[in-house]
Amino acid sequence: MTSMTLAKALNAGLRSALDTDSKTLIMGEDVGRLGGVFRVTDGLQKDFGEHRVIDTPLAESGIIGTAIGLAMRGYRPICEIQFDGFVYPAYDQIVSQLAKIHYRSHGQVKLPVVIRIPFGGGIGAVEHHSESPEAYFVHTAGLKVVTCSNPADGFTMIQQAVASDDPVIFFEPKRRYWEKGEVSEEAPAEDWYPLHSARVVRPGSDATLVGYGPMVRTMLESAEAAAEDGRDLEVIDLRTLSPLDLEPVYASVERTGRLIVVHEAPGTLGMGSEIAARVTERCFYSLEAPVLRVTGYDTPYPPARLEDEYLPDLDRVLDAVDRSFGF
Amino acid sequence: MTESVPERGFVQLLTPEGERVHDTDYDVELSDDEYRGFFRDLVLVRRVDAEATALQRQGQLGLWASLLGQEAAQIGSGRALRPQDMAFPTYREHGVAWCRGVDPLHALRMFRGVDLGAADPHEHNFAMYAIVIGAQCLHATGYAMGVQKDGRVGNGDGEAVIAYLGDGATSQGDVNEAFVWAAAFAAPVVFFCQNNQYAISAPTDRQTRVPLYRRAAGFGFPGVRVDGNDVLATYAVTRRALDDARHGQGPAFIEAFTYRMGAHTTSDDPTRYRIAAELEEWRLRDPIERLRSFLVRQQLAGPDFFDEIDAEADELAARVRKGCLELPDPAPETIFDHVYANPTAPLEAQRETFRAYSSEFLASGDETERSTVPRREGSRR
Ligand SMILES: Cc1ncc(C[n+]2csc(CCOP(=O)(O)OP(=O)(O)O)c2C)c(N)n1
Repeated sequence: MTSMTLAKALNAGLRSALDTDSKTLIMGEDVGRLGGVFRVTDGLQKDFGEHRVIDTPLAESGIIGTAIGLAMRGYRPICEIQFDGFVYPAYDQIVSQLAKIHYRSHGQVKLPVVIRIPFGGGIGAVEHHSESPEAYFVHTAGLKVVTCSNPADGFTMIQQAVASDDPVIFFEPKRRYWEKGEVSEEAPAEDWYPLHSARVVRPGSDATLVGYGPMVRTMLESAEAAAEDGRDLEVIDLRTLSPLDLEPVYASVERTGRLIVVHEAPGTLGMGSEIAARVTERCFYSLEAPVLRVTGYDTPYPPARLEDEYLPDLDRVLDAVDRSFGF
Repeated sequence: MTESVPERGFVQLLTPEGERVHDTDYDVELSDDEYRGFFRDLVLVRRVDAEATALQRQGQLGLWASLLGQEAAQIGSGRALRPQDMAFPTYREHGVAWCRGVDPLHALRMFRGVDLGAADPHEHNFAMYAIVIGAQCLHATGYAMGVQKDGRVGNGDGEAVIAYLGDGATSQGDVNEAFVWAAAFAAPVVFFCQNNQYAISAPTDRQTRVPLYRRAAGFGFPGVRVDGNDVLATYAVTRRALDDARHGQGPAFIEAFTYRMGAHTTSDDPTRYRIAAELEEWRLRDPIERLRSFLVRQQLAGPDFFDEIDAEADELAARVRKGCLELPDPAPETIFDHVYANPTAPLEAQRETFRAYSSEFLASGDETERSTVPRREGSRR
């Protein structure tokens, strides 16, 4: 076990992926010499060379479009989109090409492409640097979408994503890049938690909180605060958004009777909408209260000075818990 | 690798040593006052930029994109605009904004995070800063098509449009589409590219194998390279391209060959990708020093003039600093303002819920913002 930041854990995971398979490539803006704007690819170009870790021209559609071609040629590209708000120039290549080619080719063309996207707010950035675009991709069949919330998962999940024969959109919670956790670099891959499975990260009996990425820590802190009020909250880290693994959520809600979904993205047609609908279908008779959502508002991401108002925080989560118990 | 400074092959009217040279295609006749005016502009925008960088270092701005080294490209092109012309900037065009009469504090609002760059583009004929690389080139082209449809081209009183972009931006699909559109419709738009040699860390050769100005030919419009550290040359070249555009001759591409002396933004670490020798070479080509030498050599200005400008710069910097510190945080509820021109009922309902929720935190009588008034003990963000 080594203690490291999420950024370092991802770096170690990427290093291992490059080591394991010589067909693995990293490509993106400033990923080489600079090591990425968040230094997630720090040192990789130095050790693996410019032909494996590629500083691309400044063109996102180009990054994904060429990754598709490289994948058709047998490579496994890991693309970095510098910030969430800059994935849209690549959106057409992702949803119209990357997501559909396996289907169109009757499975003859596999596109093992990973697209890493630092996402979410909370770092005081300017416009287009704090968005949560996950729902656009979850809505597109043919893509898999995952997000890690801590260094241990960052280390294993990035390697699992690279090993996947399907395209994976890999969301990294940028405001958690600098938070540390224990990472076991030695554990064999067979022992890793499966990629497409949610995980109970704090057991509890009174109500369930479910969320992913940057909100996991917020939920854990909320659960701790609620414990002081005598409420025992279960916290589930979704980890995988497509496919969505709701079995642990169903099981939890059947015990607790209450569910609160938390995410930064706007509420309307966000992950919370889907989860609320499915949990209502499956657990209707176990629910003591409607499924509640704590989310960003249905507005553009606001200027930095207002992001604390916009982002779900401990107070808003606890408020929802109160409302749930009020039913 | 960045391309080394071309000794010939770009338009230059003032050598790095401050000698006035002549160019048969692009000459300008300037009055003494105009020369001094250029100098004043260069010094003032550099000073505002330095102040903003300092404010960022002190935690007063979230980020700053410095124009250090690019003053001549921006002031030359900016002064070439006529009042009726429209400019579409990136996030670095503080010097152009200055030429358009935009208050320097304006950019600070965005970088401080009190708004997203709110402005009426028509007030100064200066569009809002664009952060998504290249997006503004299409907007400029469309605007220019509108100018054309309005019959505002074809004579000296016509309107022209200028789009600013970086060398990195030339790789974007949007920029290439803008070139295609502008050419196909002969839109009155000038693409002004500041080739400052780097995107963030990627040098120009990661975007192109031919000098950028030569790309224009493939799209079917003229491209010209100008010494971007020479304010007279950037002025002459831009004025000419804008005039051609306003007379109905269609688009043009200008590559201002210059250098970013500072970091890409305050969150960048240029020591990771840049060699010190390069910086030294460019320091000798400084846009302000060469105009200063010229003014002295021609006896157009003496110590009094320079002192006066420095004093004015000090005053301006102090005003910018004070203004920045006084910028109030927006009221929380403004999150919901202006999402739509015609507000929707669901969003107004969200506003109400937000208002009711926030007021719980103020009920204690403490008027401070919610984050500092935890509702529960142990509550923190
Ligand atoms: C579509 C898009 N992708 C990535 C970024 C992140 N980014 C911001 S500035 C920049 C480099 C821009 O280089 P250039 O166009 O040469 O302009 P400069 O900043 O050098 O003036 C990058 C990659 C962005 N803002 N927009």
